[in-house]
Amino acid sequence: MAKKEKTVVKPINTTSKRAYTWHLMKRNKACYIMMLPFFALFTIFTIVPVVMSFPLGLTSFNLVQFPRYIGLQNFYSLFVNDDIFLIAIRNTLIFAIFTGPFSYVLSFILAWLINEMNPFLKVFFTFVFYAPSMTPSAFVIWQLVFSGDAYGYLNSVLMDLGIINTAKQWLTDTTYMMTVVVIVQLWTSMGAGFLALRAGFQNIDTSLYEAGAIEGIQNRFQELFTITIPAMGPSLLFAAVLAISGAFTVGGVGASLCGLPSTNYAVHTIMNHAQDYGSIRYEMGYASAICMVLFAAMLITNHIIRKALSKFTD
Amino acid sequence: MASDKRLTAAQQEAIQAKKLKKLRRKKVDIDTVHVKKSKGKHINGSLGGDIAIFILLALLGIFMIFPLYYSIIQSFKPISELFVFPPKLYVISPTADNFSNLFKVAGNLWVPFSRYVFNSVFITIVITILHVFVCCCCAFCLSKCRFPGYGFFNQLIVTSLLFTSTATWIMQFVVMAKMGMINTYWALILPSVATPMGLYLMRQSMSTINDSIIDAAKVDGAGVFRTCWQVVIPNQKPAIATLIIFVFQGAWNVQGGALVYQEDLKTLPTIMSQIAASGIARQGIIYASAVVLMIPPLVIFLIAQSNVMETMANSGMKD
Repeated sequence: MAKKEKTVVKPINTTSKRAYTWHLMKRNKACYIMMLPFFALFTIFTIVPVVMSFPLGLTSFNLVQFPRYIGLQNFYSLFVNDDIFLIAIRNTLIFAIFTGPFSYVLSFILAWLINEMNPFLKVFFTFVFYAPSMTPSAFVIWQLVFSGDAYGYLNSVLMDLGIINTAKQWLTDTTYMMTVVVIVQLWTSMGAGFLALRAGFQNIDTSLYEAGAIEGIQNRFQELFTITIPAMGPSLLFAAVLAISGAFTVGGVGASLCGLPSTNYAVHTIMNHAQDYGSIRYEMGYASAICMVLFAAMLITNHIIRKALSKFTD
Repeated sequence: MASDKRLTAAQQEAIQAKKLKKLRRKKVDIDTVHVKKSKGKHINGSLGGDIAIFILLALLGIFMIFPLYYSIIQSFKPISELFVFPPKLYVISPTADNFSNLFKVAGNLWVPFSRYVFNSVFITIVITILHVFVCCCCAFCLSKCRFPGYGFFNQLIVTSLLFTSTATWIMQFVVMAKMGMINTYWALILPSVATPMGLYLMRQSMSTINDSIIDAAKVDGAGVFRTCWQVVIPNQKPAIATLIIFVFQGAWNVQGGALVYQEDLKTLPTIMSQIAASGIARQGIIYASAVVLMIPPLVIFLIAQSNVMETMANSGMKD
């Protein structure tokens, strides 16, 4: 590469833009070769299936017969005829507001607080907070805690203390379901984003802090805002993107706690709706249409968040 | 840095004196600054603050760790204690019966149990190594090289992070069936190798690296590949450790589903959930199998995280 550098300068002004691009591509041959394994696998296992599933949204497909083209009818019935979809949108937005920004800020604060500890406690607390994500079925425990009879842990504790007289139906009474699911959702949300933020904190050069101290930074908060946050912009953006996709695709926790579909669809999300049609009713065309709507919503939100965070990143 | 060197000795001295003056004005004890630095501790921390943070984290931590603790406790309870109400948070007479029952059941399977263990270990190791290698190569190019199509590839990765798998699994199956991968190890390994999340994590982390270090490598005659693996990757241990944790955990929990139907290709989690699904009488076994499955990701997590802590000392990123 170093050898070719000398010959670069000449042809720029004389040749067309296309030839220049081609020239650049040849010069960066090594880059393309290094990217090849990833993008080959990525194309086969992600892009091709995704692209193939887009036209499915315009069809009626039950997995047995060949897909039948029905135009935009899926989208029409989704927004006009499907009352449950509107409930699902409302629920998803509520979840997205609570679990998205809230869990993002929470994992940032926790990652920061953990970073202030000494090395042993850092590992220990990172482990403790990441533990719920490490045990895939751990939130089944919450089913015992919020169980609806008098033997549910929460019910029995509250009844012993005399706060309530009768057992509350935490998981089937529509007044509590939302709150319960949001709590459990927050509890499981210290996942990938949290660990990435921890790594981001770890990656900051300690000499920056020394320089900061010499320049007169007095306390942890000044340090956080003047050194730490600007230095870890990319990690912040990564965690934000994960938080968005996590917040919009919530549904797993609600479905396993309250069942699918839940009572009166009180915790039914768009994702649950897609699962309902995709894996229970086998209407894959309709399920694909739902996923496309969800995807569009996430794309728009992601764009807004990137604009907002762009001042922290390169 | 280059401009600093061009300063004369007198100018440098003047700057130094200015800084010291500033420190004295702010009543910072210069000696203590240096003493604290040598201990590798946080310069601006105070003992009171440390204790307050510790208490806060400990309280939240109990809430977070409770289910993990509870399933470990449950797995050591004899059957008579499992259904006691109110449930105890400790074991009165701990027993390993649940584990021995689990392995007794596992020993009577049609395919030897060791085969499932081998499948899981093999798949997990291959996925982890391939994933880290492929993602690091690609992430380096996307974050530090400027070539035609650079913006397009980056946009593609960010967009694909947002797409959910619910609608695509059926098409993924169709693609794999067309390529004749169904019922081979490839069906379990290859789809997990190239994930946008791993790539994006590495890309974001690598973009914080100073360009000058890469230019220096280039001037010294290193190609792209060499720059990536000998200069950049050694500086990326926190991110790689994080990536390994994610990938290992994901790979370890791969359940074949429809992708493999031959019994001797199935993985450990698949067979564990089959054993555990056989009713309430196996309650103890459910907890025992959960604990057994939890151990490998946990060990990897602890190894990866404690290695992270040592890396910043010799980062070589000083500018």
